[in-house]
Amino acid sequence: MASVATPLKKTEEDILIEQLGYDDHFHEHHHGDAYQSNFITKYIFSQDHKMIAKQFLITGMIWAIIGGLMSIVFRLQLGFPEDSLAWLKPVLGRWIVINDAGIGSLSQDFYYALVTMHGTILVFFVLTAGLSGTFSNLLIPLQLGARDMASPLLNMMSYWFFFLAGAVMFASLFLSTGPFSGGWTAYPPLSALPQASMGSGAGMTLWTVSLVFFVVSVLLGGINYITTVLNLRTKGMTLWRMPLTIWAFFITAIIGLLSFPVLASAFFLLIFDRSLGTSFFLSEIFIGGQALDHVGGSPILYQHLFWFLGHPEVYIIILPAMGLVSEVLSVHSRKPIFGYRAMVYSMLAIAFLSFIVWAHHMFMSGVNPFISNFFVIFTLIIAVPSAVKVFNWIATLYRGNVRFNSASLFAIGFVSMFISGGLTGIFLGNSAIDIVLHDTYFVVAHFHIVMGIAAFFGMFAGIYNWFPKMYGRFMNESLGKLHFWGTLIGAYVIFWPMHYIGMAGVPRRYYRFDSFQAFSHFDELNVLITVAAIITFAFQLLFVINFFYSIWKGKKVTERNPWKATTLEWTTPIEGIHGNWPGKLPTVQRWAYDYGKDGKDFIPQVQPMEEGEKDGGH
Amino acid sequence: MTALLIVLSIILIAVVAIQIGRVADLATKIRGEEEMQEINNRRQGSFMLVFLPFFLVLTIGSGIYFRNYMFGFGAMDAASEHGPILDRLFNITLFFTGIVFIITQIALFYFAFKYRGRKGKKADFIAHDNKLEIVWTLIPAVVMTFLVIGGLDAWNEVMADVGPDEDYVEIEATGYQFGWAVRYPGPDGKIGEKDFQLISGNNPLGQNWEDEKNIDDFQASEIYLPVNKKVRVRITSKDVLHNFYLPHFRVKMDAVPGMPTYFVFTPTKTTEDFRKQLSQYPEYQIPADPEDPKGPKLWEAFDYELACAELCGRSHFAMRLPVKVVSEQEYEAWTATQPSYYMSTIRNTDEDPYKDRLFESEISSRKAAFNDKLETALGAESSAEKVFQLDYVTFETGSANLTPLSSYELDNIVEAMGKYTDMRIELAGHTDNTGEADANQVLSESRAQTVFDYLVENGVSADRLRARGYGQNQPVDTNDTEDGRENNRRTEFRILAQ
Repeated sequence: MASVATPLKKTEEDILIEQLGYDDHFHEHHHGDAYQSNFITKYIFSQDHKMIAKQFLITGMIWAIIGGLMSIVFRLQLGFPEDSLAWLKPVLGRWIVINDAGIGSLSQDFYYALVTMHGTILVFFVLTAGLSGTFSNLLIPLQLGARDMASPLLNMMSYWFFFLAGAVMFASLFLSTGPFSGGWTAYPPLSALPQASMGSGAGMTLWTVSLVFFVVSVLLGGINYITTVLNLRTKGMTLWRMPLTIWAFFITAIIGLLSFPVLASAFFLLIFDRSLGTSFFLSEIFIGGQALDHVGGSPILYQHLFWFLGHPEVYIIILPAMGLVSEVLSVHSRKPIFGYRAMVYSMLAIAFLSFIVWAHHMFMSGVNPFISNFFVIFTLIIAVPSAVKVFNWIATLYRGNVRFNSASLFAIGFVSMFISGGLTGIFLGNSAIDIVLHDTYFVVAHFHIVMGIAAFFGMFAGIYNWFPKMYGRFMNESLGKLHFWGTLIGAYVIFWPMHYIGMAGVPRRYYRFDSFQAFSHFDELNVLITVAAIITFAFQLLFVINFFYSIWKGKKVTERNPWKATTLEWTTPIEGIHGNWPGKLPTVQRWAYDYGKDGKDFIPQVQPMEEGEKDGGH
Repeated sequence: MTALLIVLSIILIAVVAIQIGRVADLATKIRGEEEMQEINNRRQGSFMLVFLPFFLVLTIGSGIYFRNYMFGFGAMDAASEHGPILDRLFNITLFFTGIVFIITQIALFYFAFKYRGRKGKKADFIAHDNKLEIVWTLIPAVVMTFLVIGGLDAWNEVMADVGPDEDYVEIEATGYQFGWAVRYPGPDGKIGEKDFQLISGNNPLGQNWEDEKNIDDFQASEIYLPVNKKVRVRITSKDVLHNFYLPHFRVKMDAVPGMPTYFVFTPTKTTEDFRKQLSQYPEYQIPADPEDPKGPKLWEAFDYELACAELCGRSHFAMRLPVKVVSEQEYEAWTATQPSYYMSTIRNTDEDPYKDRLFESEISSRKAAFNDKLETALGAESSAEKVFQLDYVTFETGSANLTPLSSYELDNIVEAMGKYTDMRIELAGHTDNTGEADANQVLSESRAQTVFDYLVENGVSADRLRARGYGQNQPVDTNDTEDGRENNRRTEFRILAQ
């Protein structure tokens, strides 16, 4: 798109930036945008954080559609086990097994492959890369007043490693033995032994290779985010003036940097066990008619390493969503976020605690029950900062002047989901209750609501809110609202009944429920869940249509700051230019949440403080 | 064709969606942005208000509707001693979280409605309130403390291993792809050692037969447990991770290859008791098999079940084993009928390390068998029937040397001779037709003589005994097969006078 800058009237902010801004002589050194002048450098190997954000977002969306479709396929099998899936044979080929009666069903191996891929894709590719990758990239430089990321090259590599990870994972879908099928947690020995499961052969090899690339991507991105936040804040942007989005991305990147290497180490040891005959995770195994040579390893060691990432990972997913929601709620309530400092401290507390709760995934794994005592205590402490955040969000709405649009609706939906899903965590974090609920559908309901749906709601809130910043156009509001209500109701209809199924003890990861009397009472609920999942998925297509339609045909943004927000990204030109600000960099004079102060609707961060005025947030 | 239809319908949806979107855009153009936002705020606000009661009624109401399938509510009361403790904890947590759920969801959606944007209205500048922050930090902290203490108290009690002096039954469950092997300790109450390297076709668990604790262990195709008795399950795995999951007893523990785990629990309701419990609820009055409406009802067909709760491969969902809880007497009766795996499958095969000795039980059962045969022979009418074969008197191949274990049977004879003082017997040696007939005749005679000598040495008067060799002349079976020849090589006990 040729950037014919709309000759806009200089805004008040422009004048302030000219007067008070900081001149870094940026545009004197960079003669135009020569380094991203052609198609390849602009749209493919771009080093511009705004373009990389879009790359992350669209790649994430493609993965979300793939991962979502997978869940629809296995939900069809679970909801309608007696009905024929033969019509999927043209797509799925021999993964559809047709029995003597002509009824086609998913092969058991492929069912587990789908479940595994759904989890891996959604957790890593969509909710880690697609969410944190998109908005960290887009907002960190823009909201901090930076020209770009600290290292645009590493930033570009971060995306391409993610792309590579995706390509390898995608290739694994076409293996004759199928993709990995041992669950997204990939516990050995199942994941280590090709004899144990078809997907544990080449599928698992590609799975580990893909995720090692992914770890590289996260680390490259994370180190960049941290450096940028620490070093490239514009003049006046103290840590306590940063918007909560930035705090969230900053803390997320730190968590990722500390935990993802541990995951990588687990994967490397697993690769050694698979390929080099080591015994880190394997011991005393008799499989496929022979006793293996591996002695002395421990499968539990893998679980420790995995969950040392795995638990922080759920905060890597939810913290950016929390940041986005805090910002969106505040902007559209026309009120400061309630308890800014409490919000930051609670995020820090959550981040810290996230590193000492990992074994709550392992209460029933055979670890010494005494150890679990500590993990129960730390886990349930997390409920406190989480509760504080919820109360603060609700208090932000209180006595506000809420502007309802797709962004704020999804932010409100996020809070509802986070409450519903967070509360069930209190059951699961208590080891005694976990004896009953561990590995049942209750867990599925819990984490889908609290980190799946809630994170998606945060992401949607972010996309609807910052779409004008990304593409210079608005997304369609009517479709957005339809999307919101369809998704809110749909998601509750899908996941709420899973609590009941879990409270009856039905284990997750079952291909059929009729092998057991105890688990076969819920045929109708399973039908309901499947139907709701299909409808909810259709509502997501509405979003996808809206998204791509709006990129080219959406209503144009005519003023720079359509939401009347205080933060710096809305002082940049609508079309988005290299270096973000055409002239000087803005300097920051106040915190990010002066909404409704002193009778003014909002006061941008570039506006100097009045005589005797106190900066907010204290 | 299907693909074409799908593509077409997606395009159709897209067109419809875009048109819906345009309508609103058009309206905005006509009415102006601000007015549209105002209308929109009112509309969305009222949606919030409508959604809220529906949401609360459906979430809570559906829970009440399904309660009879859920743990801890009437029908599904726990069937173990610790179960009710966990169920109570669940319900306490449900109570507190339920309150928070209702209050916060109401506040969220109600505030969204109440403070919907209105033209000319300004939001209040409320940035923070430290007192409020402290209050809503402390309240959850206090509730959490309460829940943690209750939870850990229960946890440490439930997960405790058996004490040193406690009376309990120990069984072993081994998960494999895709099933469970259950091993009982047998009369000695102790489970024998095993080693994964010893696993073979007729040693599925890799039991080490040199460990005598293994001798009486037996395997069962169903789990039987005595009611009100502590059970310690030793949980192991042969290949990948599994999870020993007994939903009704609130028992769950991973089976880890290379690291035995355990779970201790006490069943408190027999299978029959639990069926009665279920029979009171309408949900369990439907036929168990929907295709057989006249068949047993759900509650009548009920069985406790063992399931796998850790993903273990393609048939993870089908690792079912029925569990029966019975009275102590029924349990004892059942265990008495279960044959030891070693005795039924391993004894006297090449894998048996104890081929050169007899166990007490075998000595006594052989003695009983001998006495039975003797009594039958004594009671027989014709002299032709006063004869029986000494199954356990055997010789080394081609020689007249007794095998070491033959002495047990010979001692039985000595004892019988002491008991029936008027009895005179003949000891008859027979061979098969392998080799020279003359040589066989000599061998049979000298074997009979060896037995004769043993008895005399052990105090039987020589005049009550007669040793005879019959060579290969009196076969009782064909000499054409190995089995037949084995039957023909024998020593017989014949009563001459009594």
